Amino acid sequence: MNQYDPIILTLILLVPIAGAILVALLPDRGKLPNWIALLTSLLTFAFTLHLPAHFITGQPGFQFEIDRLWIVNPAIYYHVGVDGLSMWLVVLTGLLAPIGVVASWNAIQSRRKIFYSLFLVQQTAIFGVFMALDLMLYYGFWELSLVPMAVLIAMYGRKNGPKTALKFFLFTFIPSAPLLVAILWLYARTGTFNFVELQYHIASGILPAGALSWVALAFLFAFAVKVPLFPLHGWLSDTFADAPVAMAMIVAGKMGLYSMLRFHVGLFPRQARYEAPVLIALAVIGILYGACMALAQRDFWRLLAFGALSHFGLVILAIYGLTVTGWNGAVYQILSLGVVEGAVFLLLAVLEQRYGTSEIAAYGGVAARLPRTATYFVIATLTMIGLPLLGNFVGEFTILSTTFTQVSRGWAIAAAVSVILSASYMLWLVQRVFYGTESTLATKPAADLRFGELAILTPLAVLMLVMGVAPTLWLHSIESGVHPPPVSAASASLRGLPGPKSGDLGHPRLVDSNQLTQLAKNGPEVQR
Amino acid sequence: MNAPLHLWLIPLLPFAGFLLNGILGGRLPKPLVTAIGLLAPLASFALVVNAARGLIGFGPAPAMPAVETCPFPWISVGTLHVNFSFVLDHLSLVMLLVVTGVGFLIHLYSVGYMHDDPGYARYFSYLNLFLFFMTTLVLAGNVLLMFVGWEGVGLASYLLIGFWFQKKSAADAGKKAFIVNRIGDFGFLIGIFLLLGNFGTLTFSEISAKLAAQPAWTGGILTAICLCLLVGATGKSAQLPLYVWLPDAMEGPTPVSALIHAATMVTAGVYMIARTHFLFDRSPYALGVVAIVGAATAFFAATMGLAQNDIKRVLAYSTISQLGYMFLGCGVAAYSAAIFHLMTHAFFKALLFLAAGSVIHAMGGEQDMRKMGGLRTKLPVTFWTMTAAVFAICGIFPFAGFFSKDAILYAAFQQGAGGKALWFVGLVTALLTALYMFRLWYMTFFGEMRSHDAHPHEAPFTMLAPLVILGILSVCGGWIGIERFGNYLAPAVGPRIASGVGGHTELWLSILAVLVALEGWLIADKYYRRKPERPAQLVSHMPGVYNLVANKYYVDELYGAVFVKPLLAGSRYLLDWVVDTAILGGAAWFLGGIATFSGAILQRWQSGNLRSYAAWLAAGAAALLLFALIPFLLGTYGIHLHWAGY
Repeated sequence: MNQYDPIILTLILLVPIAGAILVALLPDRGKLPNWIALLTSLLTFAFTLHLPAHFITGQPGFQFEIDRLWIVNPAIYYHVGVDGLSMWLVVLTGLLAPIGVVASWNAIQSRRKIFYSLFLVQQTAIFGVFMALDLMLYYGFWELSLVPMAVLIAMYGRKNGPKTALKFFLFTFIPSAPLLVAILWLYARTGTFNFVELQYHIASGILPAGALSWVALAFLFAFAVKVPLFPLHGWLSDTFADAPVAMAMIVAGKMGLYSMLRFHVGLFPRQARYEAPVLIALAVIGILYGACMALAQRDFWRLLAFGALSHFGLVILAIYGLTVTGWNGAVYQILSLGVVEGAVFLLLAVLEQRYGTSEIAAYGGVAARLPRTATYFVIATLTMIGLPLLGNFVGEFTILSTTFTQVSRGWAIAAAVSVILSASYMLWLVQRVFYGTESTLATKPAADLRFGELAILTPLAVLMLVMGVAPTLWLHSIESGVHPPPVSAASASLRGLPGPKSGDLGHPRLVDSNQLTQLAKNGPEVQR
Repeated sequence: MNAPLHLWLIPLLPFAGFLLNGILGGRLPKPLVTAIGLLAPLASFALVVNAARGLIGFGPAPAMPAVETCPFPWISVGTLHVNFSFVLDHLSLVMLLVVTGVGFLIHLYSVGYMHDDPGYARYFSYLNLFLFFMTTLVLAGNVLLMFVGWEGVGLASYLLIGFWFQKKSAADAGKKAFIVNRIGDFGFLIGIFLLLGNFGTLTFSEISAKLAAQPAWTGGILTAICLCLLVGATGKSAQLPLYVWLPDAMEGPTPVSALIHAATMVTAGVYMIARTHFLFDRSPYALGVVAIVGAATAFFAATMGLAQNDIKRVLAYSTISQLGYMFLGCGVAAYSAAIFHLMTHAFFKALLFLAAGSVIHAMGGEQDMRKMGGLRTKLPVTFWTMTAAVFAICGIFPFAGFFSKDAILYAAFQQGAGGKALWFVGLVTALLTALYMFRLWYMTFFGEMRSHDAHPHEAPFTMLAPLVILGILSVCGGWIGIERFGNYLAPAVGPRIASGVGGHTELWLSILAVLVALEGWLIADKYYRRKPERPAQLVSHMPGVYNLVANKYYVDELYGAVFVKPLLAGSRYLLDWVVDTAILGGAAWFLGGIATFSGAILQRWQSGNLRSYAAWLAAGAAALLLFALIPFLLGTYGIHLHWAGY
């Protein structure tokens, strides 16, 4: 065991906060806040790399865990830890932070101190969401991640900031109120916020089933809005089009998807099974709806937003297919999407900044003047549409094939139509922006990718290729964290009531994946 | 015993070429770019020849099938395990010889053809990328790896069709090719899922073994699998109804049309069916569909070829038509005949395109045959090699195409009444083929030059050498004969079905086919050499038919009106305006109305006063810190905070 193992998660949480304070204290001169933010985020990223370097693949339970009493009553613990499910998401968050800073480098010209300090606070919050194993702590980070976002959208919105911020606020804050109530209800009934203990309490069947289904629904609602799941995506396209790029890049997708997998399916497997058919249907509708909407968009940020809706739908489909292979694919897909969307956001930000518009029709023939931008954009596009040997294909194929063979052929075929639609809207975008005759806009003098942008995009492009060729580098450690949650009283009652320290209880008895899918297919009456 | 074959190097060398030229190409001197671009396929070709040494008669033949598996799995998660595994058997060896051999010749030709293009390095990197994916497709030991090559050649095709991306038509064509191929790939993907669900594996040899263990298993799900794979094959091999991308693909540089859209990539569908023949053999229904699709495409495309004036488009429709023959061959379970035709077609069709490229090069970029004519004396090498290719494609004895086309038609003839009907369609197509090919031949090389500002000149040596080599192959490529070729391929695609009809029938059928082709030549001779005014008169007599054919039966327009426009309009008006903006947006704001209170607070909060923001921020951060730190500090002194009154 490495000497830094016990404190590494705390370090990852504290460094961005420290950077934020530093930015706030030092004067807003020149690019000083930018540099501090960049160095802080690079340092944090370096720290996050400690996790995979010292992660013990195959060891059950959470690693790098810290569990200290924070407040006695209510019993809130500072309880953080990562497993295969969350570790790479922490690394991804670390990776996206410097990209966010570079994407904002020239775009944010005024009040840099506020921007970068809030940006760094947001980083801590997202790290916290992925690490927290105490539900109250988790909720704190969850809320903390929303506040800087709303403020920054309001202050730095590119077009209609306050209105978008209000929409974002209404959409994301309102569902988190029931989430809080649900968490408190669980605490009132069980006396604990500890994730693992709650898993067993819920599985043991001592909680009233009726109330529990409402609690599960409250969790689901908060997460579904945050992902977003169709038809709760109203905030997404405005936020993508309006929020500062660094914010838009991290706002959607991974936090909600992770939370669904960990805190909805993980805590309420029976309720998730009830809701799965509806969620699968909504996910597939979202996949197709998002893809069709992306075809119709005239603004490339909105196109990207609906494309993202479509991609997130695929992950939701995998999560609620309730198969272990599908979950692995889902986690991998979240990672891959994070990488490719980071690249696409940065590239579109470059275009918007150089040419001053995000309207697709104004572009045309840009490739001749900005060949590097075009090359990287095409690589990212190919990854996004799931070309084999590039990142997204692995997740997409795993998810679709698992859905087809183990969950539902019909929904899988419907979802697979997205391979045609995604190629259509993305290649059409490439064509309208980069190819064809030069538009008057494209004749404007504009710089191709600069050093900082290349320094980010080249590793990302390599990463997309490596993720497509050697996915086992990630999948092995992901697999050790993705297990079916306890579904029957037996698994819980054998242990009695676990004590306040979860220790090695992190991973419940393995439930046979076939049994789980069987349950998913036949519904809960089999079990009862 | 066997020296290692290094199969993995066959795709990886071109990939290295792609990376070198793709990343550094702009900065390297041109000769170095050429060297990298040429050496990669040449080295691959050498490796393939090394593997084929037993076949040619040097040294011991390697044991087939030879399997090389990468020690690291590709995808290994839960119940899904896929390896990078390469398999060399008789089938993939033939295909590799064609792909790398013809591929190298076309690389060589490109040196001259693309010499003055500013995107020279980019061109060669794409071409090498294509070879990487194509050899992967051919060598793949499992369906998913084949799918990698399958999608990959689609990518290379997309990049090369749209090579001159400033031209809107080129960019459009590239996009169209990719998307139509994706429709086919969608079917392929469903087929892969079905295979995975029913066999639990994607490795060809394991699927084949599992099928062999259940000899009674026919039809049913196997038909579904085969039809899904067929959808993929119709996309890649430009068969009905997904052929529409191939004529537009002629926007790419001509060597690309020769390599990708004639000789190699478009034959991937035929290769795939031959590769999975053990599945198709179990489904007579699917085989019937393959045969009908093939015959229908062969005929339909040939009629469209009659009315085109762009020299490359004539060749494009002829490619579609010839691929139809190959599908017909697969559909009557004559896989070796189909692969035989695939090989000879690769020779003469690559040659036709390269010769057409030479013509276009000589005419300074002109592709309209109505502006050509009389080039016979100006471009002698091009003329004679192209003549060999024209005779070969028309199936005139003893040129290469005769042997392979004859084998397919004879195999069809043996398949009962339905087979005879398909044979007849094939025969009529042969007439049409001779007609449009000799039309092209006469319009290009005979008569008077119809353009006055062109100064045709013969191409440089690097372009002529491939023409001559391919010309020789177009003449002799079929002399091996279907008997020997079929026996050679038998371990990979199963034995040739024994001839149920006497030898005399076969002879008479061959003579009939040649006579039909000569008839086509005679008609072309009459209309395009002796009485060149007749075609126009004919057109004026039946303008309806002519317009229908010249406009390619309005299929593009039909697809546009039935699929593309409704999808776009539906997305824009129904989904965007009605569903998203009106219904969902309205619902959201209605629910939001309940929360106007919080909205009002937020509006006050957004006072726009910088100092107030900063104050809020500072207060928030301070509160957060206190919230976080105080309980800890107190805890260390043994004091525990109690918030709730328990």
